[in-house]
Amino acid sequence: MNENEMLFSSGVLTGERKGAVSPPESLWNDKKGGLVVVECPQRIPCNPCNTSCPVGAIKTFADINDTPEIDYSKCTGCAICAAVCPGLACFVIDLSFSPDKALYKLPYEMLPVPSKGDSVDCLGRTGEVLAKGTVEAVTEPKRDRTHVVHVSAPKELARDIRAIRVVK
Amino acid sequence: MMKETTTDILVIGGGAAGLSAAAEASSSGAKVTVVESDLHLGGQLVKQTHKFFGSKDEYAGTRGYKIADILLDEIKQNEKNVDVMTNTTITGYYIEDGMFTAMRGEESYIRIKPKKTIVATGAQERLIPFPNNDIPGVYGAGAVQTLMNVYGVTPGHRVLMIGAGNIGLIVSYQLMQAGVEVAAVVEAMPKVGGYWVHAAKIRRMGVPILLRHSIKEALGDRVIDGAVIMELDDKFAPTGAERKIDCDVICLAVGLTPTTEILSQAGCDMRYVPQLCGFVALRDRTMRTSNPDFWSAGDATGIEEASAAMVEGRIAGLCAARSLGLPVKSDRFDEYWSRLDHLRAGEVGEKIRAGVAKVMRDRWED
Repeated sequence: MNENEMLFSSGVLTGERKGAVSPPESLWNDKKGGLVVVECPQRIPCNPCNTSCPVGAIKTFADINDTPEIDYSKCTGCAICAAVCPGLACFVIDLSFSPDKALYKLPYEMLPVPSKGDSVDCLGRTGEVLAKGTVEAVTEPKRDRTHVVHVSAPKELARDIRAIRVVK
Repeated sequence: MMKETTTDILVIGGGAAGLSAAAEASSSGAKVTVVESDLHLGGQLVKQTHKFFGSKDEYAGTRGYKIADILLDEIKQNEKNVDVMTNTTITGYYIEDGMFTAMRGEESYIRIKPKKTIVATGAQERLIPFPNNDIPGVYGAGAVQTLMNVYGVTPGHRVLMIGAGNIGLIVSYQLMQAGVEVAAVVEAMPKVGGYWVHAAKIRRMGVPILLRHSIKEALGDRVIDGAVIMELDDKFAPTGAERKIDCDVICLAVGLTPTTEILSQAGCDMRYVPQLCGFVALRDRTMRTSNPDFWSAGDATGIEEASAAMVEGRIAGLCAARSLGLPVKSDRFDEYWSRLDHLRAGEVGEKIRAGVAKVMRDRWED
């Protein structure tokens, strides 16, 4: 097994796969509110991203084991899926946030819960610190203790930042 | 005199499968007695702080402990039909007169003679041998979950997790939520056994998952202060590469095996099925065993997700009630099977499908 496959087999996305693709840049760059990025490359019996999407942007599954497919023309970047997904595999990234920063809307179930204005570490898929980010908002869409933290951080890391760590 | 009670359906085990069976059977009008060895109902569900997978029918997106509450609420709707005995352990079954003996608390013995029985006894954890595994600080993953998520006690400061199945991955995540550091997860196989997304969740929080690795020995005198892990080759033989991990807890999440002693005592035809992780009863699609008065559901029939255990419990409850001549909504049977088939259709369900094929029989003779 090559190094990339071994890394993938341990839970790290290495390149795009079915169920784990980035939105097309043409739609993504100027989309107010951002677009969903789903990283769910394995067929497992799970569909809350689809059933919770208020606008039908995550297409209905023919089989509950299907990996998610997205209709980006419908996605509003509301991040309900990010709050609902049991696998924490849905993220929303808004590239229109500012000239050099994107707004990352990331699911967060750790303590402490950060507050607006806090500086946090932005992490890549193996927990490496990629940048400092600023918390712009913290929501709890389903009131079920899964927060969605909105963090502004460098735009060029849109394909890499997938989590935050609150540093005390 | 030892107290003796009768009931239409005895459900042994008040976890995900047992509660679902009790809810289903009692809604058809059957008198159900649920016997649970723990102090409260809910089984493993009460420790599951993560959100469940599946579809809405299996409460996807809802945390496990909330699902226990939902099932208990459902049972409450048929309260007059359900008798619950917690802190009560079935100690034996006497096939000659169809009698169960049970110990209630530490003093009182009772006898229960049901018309039908649903065995939903769940599973027990497997352990692996390694030097010094008797030093305090070596835990099963179930114990860690009980300590943290039921009693609010963290097991230590820095954990080495053995096993990257769903339990190892989920408990690692829950340890981090409780503020405990996870030094690493080691897994002998060349890929994680649990859902990929559960692995991704802890990887992005910085936890290494070391594939083709296992524990060689625990280190410490009176308590654990470390472990030596070793690399394995593709035939699971040590390559010689070793390293020391600093930790005060070693958590074993190396699999479960079905709890089936009662089924054996009842004379059910049993088969060892590796894919189902141990000895399990042969069954038909109603979840009935070769003993016409015994059904089984949940992990006792093969290790699988709680979502599947709940559907199996429904099937067993429905069919046990039907066998008593009670009016049941028979279209539910096909609906439950279609849910079960869907849950098992994915990549991770492949093993279950192969295992179930080995134990599924056509309808037993009536």
